[in-house]
Amino acid sequence: MSLTYEDVIAKYEPVLGLEVHVELNTNSKMFCGCSTIFGAEPNTQTCPVCLALPGALPVVNEKAIESTIKIGLALNCSIAPFSRFARKNYFYPDMPKNFQISQYDEPICVNGYVDVEIETDEGPKKFRVEVERVHMEEDTGKSLHVGGATGRIHGAEYSLLDYNRAGIPLVEIVTKIVPGTGKYAPEVAKAYVAELRDILRSLGVSDVKMEQGSLRCDANVSLRLIGVEKLGTRSETKNVNSLRSVERAVRGEMIRHAELLNKGERVVQETRHFQEESGLTRSGRSKEQAEDYRYFPEPDLVPVEPDAKWIEELRAQLPERPSVHRKRLQEEWSVPDKEMAAMINADLLDTVEATVILGSDPTKARSWWLGEISRIANEQNVSVKELAITPTDVAEIVALVAKGELTDKLARQVVEGVIAGEGKPAAVISARGIKVVNDDSALMAAIEKACAEQPETAEKVRNGHLPAAGALIGAIMKETKGQADAARVRELLLSFLGQA
Amino acid sequence: MIRSSASEMASALAQGEITSVALTQLHLDRIASVDKDVHAFLHIDTEGALEQASAVDAKRAKGEKLSPLAGVPLALKDVLAQKGVPTTCGSKILEGWRPPYDSTVVAKLKKNDIVILGKTNMDEFAMGSSTENSAYGPTHNPWDLSRIPGGSGGGSAASLAAFEAPLAIGTDTGGSIRQPAAVTGTVGVKPTYGGVSRYGLVAFSSSLDQAGPCARTVLDTALLHEAIAGHDAKDATSINAPVPQVVAAAKSGDVKGMKIGVVKELNGDGYQPGVRARFEESLELLAKAGAEIVEVSCPNFEYALAAYYLIAPSECSSNLARFDAMRYGLRVGDVNGASAEEVMNLTREVGFGREVKRRIILGTYALSSGYYDAYYGSAQKVRTLITQDFTAAFTKADVLVSPTCPTTAFKIGEKSNDPLAMYLNDIATIPVNMAGIGGMSLPSGLADEDGLPVGFQIMSPVMKDERMYSVGAALEAALLSKWGAPILSKVPALGGRV
Repeated sequence: MSLTYEDVIAKYEPVLGLEVHVELNTNSKMFCGCSTIFGAEPNTQTCPVCLALPGALPVVNEKAIESTIKIGLALNCSIAPFSRFARKNYFYPDMPKNFQISQYDEPICVNGYVDVEIETDEGPKKFRVEVERVHMEEDTGKSLHVGGATGRIHGAEYSLLDYNRAGIPLVEIVTKIVPGTGKYAPEVAKAYVAELRDILRSLGVSDVKMEQGSLRCDANVSLRLIGVEKLGTRSETKNVNSLRSVERAVRGEMIRHAELLNKGERVVQETRHFQEESGLTRSGRSKEQAEDYRYFPEPDLVPVEPDAKWIEELRAQLPERPSVHRKRLQEEWSVPDKEMAAMINADLLDTVEATVILGSDPTKARSWWLGEISRIANEQNVSVKELAITPTDVAEIVALVAKGELTDKLARQVVEGVIAGEGKPAAVISARGIKVVNDDSALMAAIEKACAEQPETAEKVRNGHLPAAGALIGAIMKETKGQADAARVRELLLSFLGQA
Repeated sequence: MIRSSASEMASALAQGEITSVALTQLHLDRIASVDKDVHAFLHIDTEGALEQASAVDAKRAKGEKLSPLAGVPLALKDVLAQKGVPTTCGSKILEGWRPPYDSTVVAKLKKNDIVILGKTNMDEFAMGSSTENSAYGPTHNPWDLSRIPGGSGGGSAASLAAFEAPLAIGTDTGGSIRQPAAVTGTVGVKPTYGGVSRYGLVAFSSSLDQAGPCARTVLDTALLHEAIAGHDAKDATSINAPVPQVVAAAKSGDVKGMKIGVVKELNGDGYQPGVRARFEESLELLAKAGAEIVEVSCPNFEYALAAYYLIAPSECSSNLARFDAMRYGLRVGDVNGASAEEVMNLTREVGFGREVKRRIILGTYALSSGYYDAYYGSAQKVRTLITQDFTAAFTKADVLVSPTCPTTAFKIGEKSNDPLAMYLNDIATIPVNMAGIGGMSLPSGLADEDGLPVGFQIMSPVMKDERMYSVGAALEAALLSKWGAPILSKVPALGGRV
């Protein structure tokens, strides 16, 4: 019998720890000049350095250091005046040197924090997530296991290796343990990753695409009985590829741990892999026996000693913090708290903002994205961002409505067409033959016809009973196949019946 | 002609007395005639060398301005990557690998039109002091073919002493340039760490490795030094500063008023009588040339060998991890159903020799959690102390001196089963690598008891490499006037006729 979430939180307190890996969007790799563009032919973006040919040496990408310092500053960290790279030694075929250049006990940024706000039963509440460290490292290559049912290494006939990703700059952001979130642990985890992603995006240092792996989250979860000091055994869930999955993974692990603990079993310290379909995790690598990576300072590189003046210059260039940015938008757009929260929760704030920047009225932009478009996404069981409609399309449609060239109803058809892949709004309009009937004489004909067909209703309106106009307008709209601008119809009708 | 110095050959080339093709061919013939006895070379690049030589001749014919050593042949230690030419590091695990790129040293040699004859033998991955650890068989010392030519760069040093090449490149992690120079009666320099790019030098111990010039005279060594030195953006540890003026120093050889510090700890017990006699004699000659001899003490040198044998194996255990059969080199056991891990294991089992395995195991152990502080951590502290010893000593003297090694060349096989005795051979050369300073070995004569060459070591502060060249040139000149002929004129005739 599986436990409910309420059962879990009634008895246990969750403790979170989040590790986020971010691929920087530098043009070249961390230690060589190879390109970092995603999706190139396998092994075309390699050189002696990232293939670890004998004799090749790494040289640090200055831009990556700059990006990492910016991240540290944006996360309220101190920037270490002296930090070093270290070698993390372990054998794996997708790691060409059989060691990873990373930072170990001397990371570049330490002791920061991120404040997140979530909706609670008592209204919005702020949680502080403390950041232990931000450090630089290089990514590994990719293994593709061929043959075998699971795509995993066990049972595979052979494996293919692609070293294009080997050496891509990675930044790892590690939180301290996050206690005190109680039942909101899943929401806090999600809000933290979302805030982090927004900060990174505002800094312009990464593509932050979770689905492409440029932002990856490992969620550490443990439970302890409420009131107990000692931390429970944690599991580390990998492969969490969306914000929604962060929340689901934490919640799922909390339930799984609680079930084990309630049965008197113990939680195994291990990595778990999140399964997008089921929302469950499966067992990965055991971490019961700490692996010995034989870290030691990387002798091929010199220490990183950023100039204090340079750090201050970078600090001065930091963009507006996303939380501040959001507050500003909320004021500028005069959006109520609830709607603002809805936009943020739906992960659509940036989309709406992009649409507003393109000239749309904020309320209109918001209602399209959160209304019609979200509804279609929901129907198709995909996320809004996966739909083939862009802020540019929506801005164009909003503009056409404002100019009276589309009615709201027609605009919905256009949106539908764009999402259905029929092309840009203009293409959909022309292909579907959508046009507003704004020829007043055509409308007048329809008005006269409607009044002739419903003389009693027309009479009521003529006598000042305006609500009766609705029935006439409905008939007129039907006559014009919905292509008329309802507002204009009303205007003309009332004037025709002497009420304007 | 092949017995001339590189500078004499360069001037004959400049005068049009010989072409580079003819000079290269003379050396190739010499190699063909004697190398079956010496075994200095692992690979002879006849075609590439002659091609390069003929290109230099063409440039000269057109009247192009050429570098000082243009057209002179050179032997390259097989630890430096040369595009398209086999590079094995003396190991089976790299058999058949042809690098797709040039190391910076090779690129600079090519830019200077120095003709590369081939790749020389070495202890596997530069681990050893005798060249016996080569997977391709030992090199023999031209002074006595039953003896070792030193190591790891025994092939480069032997090629000079056997007149197979007038110039050679070595690499020095704990003495691999200087000790072979000492036991073959040749000159070898380990420049300041960071003075010569390590890009393309297959790493043994990254924080200690340094490529350097080898030749038969101090001036030739200086000319080659300037050709290969300088800042390289591809090596983060390369020093961004002007190259020390070593050629000028070698030409002047002026030691008047210089203070030469004798390191108390690098002499005495364990040093062969003939080695000590030649050392004392050299000091007298330097004093006569106007230098002031002082004694300095470096108390922490006592721990240098122990610390070295923690740091170097630690770094090597990580550096050599890349030899895993996945991308290049040997691959063993890749049969149906074998996992990558099995192939890696088998390849490394078969591909690495005993000494390499010994050091990988030693280093893996020293870096292990729980042992790191006691071993690698302590060794790094010793390293700092050694550097401080040098710093203090250099306040009392401009250069420091010692015998290069405690003994003359030992017999092949004599110490193969006693690694500790073998390691002790580097006791005087290792401190230089630990501190990253410059060191030179040049011949100071033959030991009375065995008639074999003895080396004199000169050490200079970071990026003051010119100082060791001044002292080396002064001593070389004094010794030459004493002997009447270069020491290598006493090398016994080898198989072929000169």
